[in-house]
Amino acid sequence: MKWITWMVLAVGVWGLVGGCKDKGQRGSSSEILIGEFASMTGATATFGQSSHEGLMLAVEQVNEKGGVLGKKVKVISEDNRSDANEAVTAVQKLISRDRVVAVIGEVASKRSLAGGGVCQQYKIPMLSPASTNPTVTQVGDYIFRICFTDDFQGGVCAKFAEKRGWKKVAIFTDVANDYSKGLTAGFKDGYQGTIVADESFREGDNDFKAQLTKIKATGPDAVFLPGYYTDVVKVVKQARQLELNVPFFGGDGWDSPTTLAAGAVMDGCFYTDHYSPDDPRPAVREFIAAYQKKYARTPDAMAILGYDAGMVMMDAIKRAGKSEPAAIRDALAATKGFPGASGTITIDEKRNARKPAFVLELKGGKTHIADTIEPG
Amino acid sequence: MDYLTQQLINGLSIGATYALIALGYTMVYGVLRLINFAHGEVYMMGAVVAYWIAIGIAPWGWPVWGALAVIFGGAMGACAVLGFAIEFFAYRPLRNKPRLVVLITAIGVSLLLQNLAQTRYVFGPTPEAFPAVIEAKTVVRWTMGGPDNVVTVSNLDLLSLGLSLGLMGVLAWVVLRTRQGLALRAVSYRFDTSSLMGINTNRTISFTFMLGSALAAVAGVVDAIRYDVRPLMGLMPGLKAFVAAVLGGIGSIPGAFVGGLVIGLIETLVKGYLSSAYSDAVAFVVLIVILLVRPSGILGRYEAEKL
Repeated sequence: MKWITWMVLAVGVWGLVGGCKDKGQRGSSSEILIGEFASMTGATATFGQSSHEGLMLAVEQVNEKGGVLGKKVKVISEDNRSDANEAVTAVQKLISRDRVVAVIGEVASKRSLAGGGVCQQYKIPMLSPASTNPTVTQVGDYIFRICFTDDFQGGVCAKFAEKRGWKKVAIFTDVANDYSKGLTAGFKDGYQGTIVADESFREGDNDFKAQLTKIKATGPDAVFLPGYYTDVVKVVKQARQLELNVPFFGGDGWDSPTTLAAGAVMDGCFYTDHYSPDDPRPAVREFIAAYQKKYARTPDAMAILGYDAGMVMMDAIKRAGKSEPAAIRDALAATKGFPGASGTITIDEKRNARKPAFVLELKGGKTHIADTIEPG
Repeated sequence: MDYLTQQLINGLSIGATYALIALGYTMVYGVLRLINFAHGEVYMMGAVVAYWIAIGIAPWGWPVWGALAVIFGGAMGACAVLGFAIEFFAYRPLRNKPRLVVLITAIGVSLLLQNLAQTRYVFGPTPEAFPAVIEAKTVVRWTMGGPDNVVTVSNLDLLSLGLSLGLMGVLAWVVLRTRQGLALRAVSYRFDTSSLMGINTNRTISFTFMLGSALAAVAGVVDAIRYDVRPLMGLMPGLKAFVAAVLGGIGSIPGAFVGGLVIGLIETLVKGYLSSAYSDAVAFVVLIVILLVRPSGILGRYEAEKL
């Protein structure tokens, strides 16, 4: 039997070596290669799927008009299964094997931080469509984003809570998640009322009743829940079972078809977001029409940000005049007043975008705009 | 008072599923002196099978009790077969090898099942909500003190506790009153001697695995209905049930049951009175303290290591 093992090993090694052959100079191929790492499967799969669909729509539209610098743009996508370690592997694969000139990703800040470290090390520009944690772009001068940050978003939630007259707010943070902690920090900075409870859970927890019972005993006017959609619905359902009937509110991590599909149980809850499907601006209407034509569903915020990330990246490559990582980085840094579908995008000196935030109210599985808050 | 009562209900409700999983750990340890680390994955597979059955029977619109009976029965049956297969293919060939070899194999089986469940052919990596077979609703509600001090018990809490207590009763009957149970006790008391006395040890071990796996399946289905189904859902409950089994006294069946409830209560009370950040850590601190202070657990018996 032993020779079979050796043969299998030999074939395997040969396959590996063959697969690793060098593909030559970065950016010299007949196409412009952009890498994407996204959570196509796993705990937060709808984030990756939506942003991927948005990105593919952008690339399709640009390629129809002749591409960039006379070449077609090709996106190479890697799934990271909603896992930060997988994100590192995915980005390494994109840079070393596929030799992409730029990387787009991730939605989740935790995975953008993981992948961003690799991009910075190889000096490949990375543009995150939706990672809002402040530390993401602090990884280095090659890391950019086209969305607002958590401190801003947490501040928006605080302003909104005060506008609503909520004097006592309980906080329920996912302590295993940088995004959630960032929002909570921003909220605490901005909020003038009393924080009556400051409880926490961990991504992957299933039972929140102990903490919710504790929160209920403090009698809050509302509960700030800066989590991801996977946990949010479970938390609110269990709260309603315990007759904790006050509104819950959180950030853009709520934005997902899953939250809407939960239906009436989420009524009267609010979240801040990058975009609303009700927005009347023509750029938004055009994007929604094109997206619905291609995918037959209403885009969520991750889709529009994926779309804008693609558009900003391809615009930067065009302005750079060549598909070389360093030149693309400089062009990205110089992005000013880009007319994106999710709003006018200007990249500031910290490589973040400044944009207004919407506050959306959930009702019967649909959202409508409750408020719009400008960057202060 | 209402606060403490509600927290105790929350704790017992979680503890009941830990107890069901812990029974499997403790029984297998009893007969084989093996920590079956794949046991948490059997719990997960129970949830997965239940998910597919629930989707399959959804169009027929059965009454709740009929649907639940089929879902629980199907998941228990499938996991009993899975438990048998794990023992037959992974552990039986290693029966006379050092215990460490079997332990590492158990971890391997656990990883195999986790990754199998993440493929599309079994379940897929994305968490899915359980089909609406039974809606959570409050069945017991009373006020303590003021009108705002409400304590609620949901039908799912009752389902979890009721099944756990009921199955513990069934298990006690099987172990104490049937021939197969007698064989199980004999094998767990002295493995070699019982085989000399004409007990078919291999069959008894298979039976133990099937029994434990069916109980884990019940816990899996309860949690699937309460929360959701995900391929890595067996990790934490598996570990906590293991702690529960050690706490109760590994090898002791009533000990595992008590241990499960105690771990559920400790976890909830730590979240309720101290800080939610420490609740998982506390479960493992309990494990360390038990191993240091009373290695035989609450209800376990002390066994001198034969040299």
